[in-house]
Amino acid sequence: MSERAAPVTATEEQYDDQDPARDAREPADTTAETESEPERHPVTTGAEAVVRALENAGVEHAFGVQGGAIMPVYDALYDSEIHHVTMAHEQGASHAADAYGIVSGEPGICLATSGPGATNLVTGLADADMDSDPVVALTGQVPTEFVGNDAFQETDTTGVTTPVTKDNTFSSEPDRVGTDVSEAFALAREGRPGPTLVDLPKDVTNAETDREPDEPAVPRTYEVQERADPETVDAAAGRIENAQRPIMLLGGGVIKGEASEACREFATEHEIPVVTTMPGIGSFPEDHELSMEMAGMHGTGYANMAITHCDTMIAVGTRFDDRLTGGIETFAPDAEIIHVDIDPAEISKNIRADYPLVGDAGTVVSQLAEAVDASPKATKWRAQCQQWKSDYSMAYDAPEDEPIKPQFVVEALDEATSDRAVVTTGVGQHQMWACQYWTYTEPRTWVSSHGLGTMGYGLPAAIGARFAADDDQEVVCIDGDGSFLMTLQGLSVAVRENLDITVAVLNNEYIGMVRQWQDAFFDGRHSASDYGWMPEFDKLAEAFGAAGFRIDDYDEVADTIDDALAYDGPSVIDVHIDPQANVYPMVPSGGDNGQFALTEDQL
Amino acid sequence: MTHGLDGPAPEERPTPAGRRNKQGIRIDPEIEAKREPRRTVISVLVEHEPGVLSDVSGLFSRRQFNIESLTVGPTAEDGRARITLVVEEPDPGIDQVKKQLRKLLPVIAVRELEPDAMRRELALVKVNAERPDRVAAVADMYDAKTVDSSPETATFEITGARQKIEAAIETFGQFGIREIARTGTTALARGTDDTAAPPTESSAAEANQTQQFTQPTDDD
Repeated sequence: MSERAAPVTATEEQYDDQDPARDAREPADTTAETESEPERHPVTTGAEAVVRALENAGVEHAFGVQGGAIMPVYDALYDSEIHHVTMAHEQGASHAADAYGIVSGEPGICLATSGPGATNLVTGLADADMDSDPVVALTGQVPTEFVGNDAFQETDTTGVTTPVTKDNTFSSEPDRVGTDVSEAFALAREGRPGPTLVDLPKDVTNAETDREPDEPAVPRTYEVQERADPETVDAAAGRIENAQRPIMLLGGGVIKGEASEACREFATEHEIPVVTTMPGIGSFPEDHELSMEMAGMHGTGYANMAITHCDTMIAVGTRFDDRLTGGIETFAPDAEIIHVDIDPAEISKNIRADYPLVGDAGTVVSQLAEAVDASPKATKWRAQCQQWKSDYSMAYDAPEDEPIKPQFVVEALDEATSDRAVVTTGVGQHQMWACQYWTYTEPRTWVSSHGLGTMGYGLPAAIGARFAADDDQEVVCIDGDGSFLMTLQGLSVAVRENLDITVAVLNNEYIGMVRQWQDAFFDGRHSASDYGWMPEFDKLAEAFGAAGFRIDDYDEVADTIDDALAYDGPSVIDVHIDPQANVYPMVPSGGDNGQFALTEDQL
Repeated sequence: MTHGLDGPAPEERPTPAGRRNKQGIRIDPEIEAKREPRRTVISVLVEHEPGVLSDVSGLFSRRQFNIESLTVGPTAEDGRARITLVVEEPDPGIDQVKKQLRKLLPVIAVRELEPDAMRRELALVKVNAERPDRVAAVADMYDAKTVDSSPETATFEITGARQKIEAAIETFGQFGIREIARTGTTALARGTDDTAAPPTESSAAEANQTQQFTQPTDDD
């Protein structure tokens, strides 16, 4: 485990290497030798330029799988300080890089060979694209002369990944290849973050070149606006001052834009209730009085009441996904929307913005803070919000004589870990319980697959998160049995790297969310959702060399969790939960957020 | 821990009076105006590099934008090409088209053209020519140029606004049309106006402006 990745500001002496002075064959700048930077050999091949570009960007870890077309790059990595984590499957590499990007804020790196290697990355790239996570993927490609000829292990990787990357490049020049990687790195984190990909033909990486990569810079056609239009800011400020029922809606962009602090200050100073989206979890402390927690399909009842009845919504860094909005017609129907986003295309895409504020979340919220002179007079509204919090409080039945309720396990895990513990999940019921019953207080501690909803995300994400998190931060993966089964080969990686992660599999022997929907909307016909053939995950963990635990009873919960957390290495707890437990509240797909169901009868 | 979720049931909860339409715009139920699709021309200046056209066309297909025609060709400046798109969408859709196009890395500038922009299309029409005199008379009416003739057929080149080409094709129809090939619309802004140039104003100013161009009647 390493320290959190250092901010990526390549030091000056690194760039001195490729100053015009060097091209003119003048004596190299000698400042490099006076610093403690390790001496670096000049680049001799395209592959070395690729690795040098990563080093210049401050990359410490990379996740990938070796293969034919990427071999030159791996050969260059052999001499590098970059720690390469060999994954058991490329999908795991892209998820691990994604989670690394979420926890550290710096792009995660994944590598794969051509053809099947590259296509296996696609799910993780699509995931990162939907959630705007910074990821750089480097894929091998068949030699240029074979490209387009259906050569062995060839796919049109840039073609396949165009719809799921922020940008991708087929790198065809040995003298350009390092710079292509630098650009991809810069682009992944600039503005609205996202995944980028560089496709590396084997002849290009094998070719000789002495060209050092250029400084990481985004292409000139990519322009990001930091500050919002001042007139619109003033108009929005006026609206906030006159609001009677204001709320702040914080999305994932708040965390990616490092704007949590600015949003917290704004909300607390003006006493505005705060709801978050699922990716926005952690942007505002959920134990704060103003917090209404998560809104949307499985959001809290009080968050959805607040969203539905507000008259002014300050939405920051959210794209108004349908899992948040429910039916568009009934989403915050009385509210004027102040929408802060760094991507102009998100403004009025799904919900019309009355006050469009394009810019960096932190900068724009500070602009707003300066422009707002008086807090909205919303005492009655705040009281109403508190009333909803008590009316629709989150609770569950847990009779001793019934199987364990999953909510109890989530709460017990939360109890046993620190506030800064990082939680990763797969996708399904367990993910929703992890949202609802864990109290998040810090940004970058909630790592999940939001937009794409990728089952199998949890374990590889925990691996990536472990490398990005501080040593004293626990990494806990809350997974479902179906989700865990999809990528559990990653356990071999966790064991080999001796990663201190704890996986709690909430095992109900169902694809639980599907079973819940089948019960509600398909007359209980459990088509292909009954997973009564699950392996014993604790024994499976032991077979991999990890520690295995099993929980069947309430009185085992606390002690087993303590033992698993105390184990110095990967541990898996197979928690046999109530197979009939369901996730509520729930807004049916496309429904009215204010009409959330608290029980199956209300669906 | 001793009780499940509770609180007033859905029907006991207050509901707000307002509503939004499908485009997420708040509506006054009294005067709800339906947003009809309109046809418009969007000019896109791009880097002339491999894959740009597939980036643009891929964007249209995966985002389900309704595209009517697309033409592309080099510009006066080396390394740049102009793509002219005709799209038909309601206003919020047209806005999205422009914003999403701007996000593509090889795209330099995007502009929706005013109704007075010059729009032209070219068609090649191959007709039966058993009555060459009558065919020639029709060709004359539409300023069509003869590009090929044989004892049985004549092929004409017609350029102009879409309506003119459609009218010509309809009139030629009486002789029996053998084949037609049409380009899509290509267009330039009038006067000293730049059709699509690197943006001078901030993207924020444009972020939410809904350009309300009326649909031109003659498309010319």
